[in-house]
Amino acid sequence: MHEMGIAMEIVEIAIASIPQDMKNVKVEKVNLKVGKLTAIVPESLRFCFDIVSKDTPLCDATLHIEEIPLVIRCSDCQDEWTIDEPIFTCRACYGGSVNIVSGRELDIHSIEIVDEE
Amino acid sequence: MLIIMNKTQRHLHHKEFQETFHYHEKNRAVGESKTPDTREIKIVRKVLDVNDTIAKENRNLFAEKGVFVLNVMSSPGSGKTSILEKLLSRIVKKVRSAVIVGDICTSNDADRLSRFGAPAVQINTDAFGGDCHLAAHVIKSALGNFNLDDVDLLIVENLGNLVCPAEFDMGEDLRVVVLSVTEGEDKPIKYPLMFRVCDVALLNKIDLLPHLDYSIKKAIENILQVNPSMAIFEISAKTEDGFDSWIDWLEQRVKGKFK
Repeated sequence: MHEMGIAMEIVEIAIASIPQDMKNVKVEKVNLKVGKLTAIVPESLRFCFDIVSKDTPLCDATLHIEEIPLVIRCSDCQDEWTIDEPIFTCRACYGGSVNIVSGRELDIHSIEIVDEE
Repeated sequence: MLIIMNKTQRHLHHKEFQETFHYHEKNRAVGESKTPDTREIKIVRKVLDVNDTIAKENRNLFAEKGVFVLNVMSSPGSGKTSILEKLLSRIVKKVRSAVIVGDICTSNDADRLSRFGAPAVQINTDAFGGDCHLAAHVIKSALGNFNLDDVDLLIVENLGNLVCPAEFDMGEDLRVVVLSVTEGEDKPIKYPLMFRVCDVALLNKIDLLPHLDYSIKKAIENILQVNPSMAIFEISAKTEDGFDSWIDWLEQRVKGKFK
């Protein structure tokens, strides 16, 4: 539901990252890393991105979303594994003290640009 | 006191921050890799960097001013406002409190909560379908309505939504999720992020249990599956069952911050 705001942030960050000495830049691709445990729906994000990137150097850019799996680690027995369901107890020692190693990312990793001059 | 802020005021504040932020960003070297036609510019930044930076500023300000901040979240209709009415009626004489309420429309909730003597600010995210959550910059702008030196506990009632508010840090100390027994027992596993980021769950409307086929045991199991360290209180905002223990627990947390 908040993908519009997220898309606006992505466009702002991407534009601010274009080197100032480059003119008539066209961004071809925006590479994102999105963890499995985030409140983001990729299709909604793409839809919103297409709207907010209009009339910017990102107007033809594609949004490449790499999904990062949800990996947790038990702080008692140090076992580490990937989960597909929201079960946050240790599979080995059944302890309840697990930390999220990855899967909460919502990062803009890079942009790929063409310099037309 | 009841103050309503509109979206334009909040947006201007946010824009001003972003402009300053981007000035610094632009002057920072970026890693670049070249190919003949295209080149990749590495950024490696959190998309919510701006929000997280403002949340950190808020958190520092709250620490400096000695304010404990509660972020109350739930789906619409679970009883957030009723719980806060009862909470305020019990603690407002002991703990100097203030309230920020977020809704898409109306000042109904702030009207209800301002009756207890604590200042209440209503945020309207927009008249027809505005933001679905409160973010750090919204809280920052709303703070101008309070004298934080006179506030010990700031209660933020987020928008009714179990998805988006979970993603936005505001600088709070404690996250509360309200789940009423008229909702499904499986809400915690349907909305794991919300139940993962919260510290305490209030199972509300337990006075209705005799009329429902609801397994409170199953609901608690599901909460603990997602967040084994969650504190859970079974309460009724109508009868005030369970309020003594959850408010005692809250007061300990508030005192604990400034020992």
